Amino acid sequence: MATVSMTVNGKAVTGDVEPRTLLVQFLRENLRLTGTHVGCDTSQCGACVIHLDGIAAKACTTLALQCEGASITTIEGLAEPDGKLHPMQEAFREHHGLQCGYCTPGMIMSALDIVRRNGNNLDEHTIRDQLDGNICRCTGYHNIVKAIEAGAKAMAK
Amino acid sequence: MYNFTFHRPTTVRQAAGLLARNPDGKLLAGGHSLLPVMKQRLAQPSALVDLSLVEGMTGVELKGRSVVIGAMTRHADVAKSDVLKEVMPGLAAVPGSVGDPQVRNRGTIGGSIANNDPNADYPAACLGLGATIITNKRRIAADDFFQGMYTTALEDGEIIVKVSFPIAKKAAYEKFKHPASGFALVGVFVSKRGSDIRVAVTGAGSEGVFRVPTFEEALKKRFTAKSIEGMTIPATGMNSDIHASPEYRAHLVSVLTKRALNKANA
Repeated sequence: MATVSMTVNGKAVTGDVEPRTLLVQFLRENLRLTGTHVGCDTSQCGACVIHLDGIAAKACTTLALQCEGASITTIEGLAEPDGKLHPMQEAFREHHGLQCGYCTPGMIMSALDIVRRNGNNLDEHTIRDQLDGNICRCTGYHNIVKAIEAGAKAMAK
Repeated sequence: MYNFTFHRPTTVRQAAGLLARNPDGKLLAGGHSLLPVMKQRLAQPSALVDLSLVEGMTGVELKGRSVVIGAMTRHADVAKSDVLKEVMPGLAAVPGSVGDPQVRNRGTIGGSIANNDPNADYPAACLGLGATIITNKRRIAADDFFQGMYTTALEDGEIIVKVSFPIAKKAAYEKFKHPASGFALVGVFVSKRGSDIRVAVTGAGSEGVFRVPTFEEALKKRFTAKSIEGMTIPATGMNSDIHASPEYRAHLVSVLTKRALNKANA
């Protein structure tokens, strides 16, 4: 066992893990932050996307020990402490950017990374192209794309 | 995943020492090829030596008439490098076509080259530009480096530190992307630097990345798609799988080479 320490959603956390423990396992099983999902477990579907030092990464293809000293943000870290949703979360609710909801945390974390890289004025083509690493098995992409476009604009306000 | 010991050196020297002490160990760069293979239990390294804290292994720099890229530079950072986009947009476009955004945020040039996946993009760029792979021990020409599927000239304990690409006046990459994996079903990198003309193909060959001497010879006269009009390469030695037959892959090599030439001349 090894000890790993990192900051998750602004809070310092420490845990004992095997070297082979994936970040997504550490988040879900040690920290009980189950908003980050495991979909395909083969780095394709994007249900496990988190932000590692501000940049979107797939937590199923990252070892917990690779995140020693890093700052992680998960879907649980987006809303205000009083429960007020992040503008991107609010946009997903407003535009019904989900069906079963399984891919939603990863979609939202990836959406924020699209905004980071491309700014707040996103066109449909950019959003669809940049969602390459996120799969919605309900195939509900249409509203997801609308939600991201609106969420990106709302974030600029 | 089988278990392993985990190490995080801060210098290349320390990393080399750890590899020497762990002969069944492996280097960990971005982890987006190695970790999936370990999860499938197709690899069982006794130790992982994580290079992410090693100093001096990231960045894109202009050095004389070459662009030098640190081995641990992530695909996303190479793709957005202003220096590279200015001097050789054809090379800057390569990492932008790898995988998906999250993979590009983690995957590195050194990891891609060391892995030498037969469908990876960077090996085509290295061979197609005549790059030099610089390790902790020596400098290796791309022509000598790639030695077949998942096989390179790297010796035990050897660590890629950076890759130096000579700046070619004309250079472009054209790729037929597998729609699900994003890997190159076939990818062709072409370049012209003075009289050095290169056509390098990834994805197609069963022995990994290769050059096409017949095309290169025909392009010596004029570096245009017209020069290779009607030319084909034999289907022998091409990959065959559920995605494409050897004949189809050989056909794509011609088509994509012409498209890459048009792009390089645009």
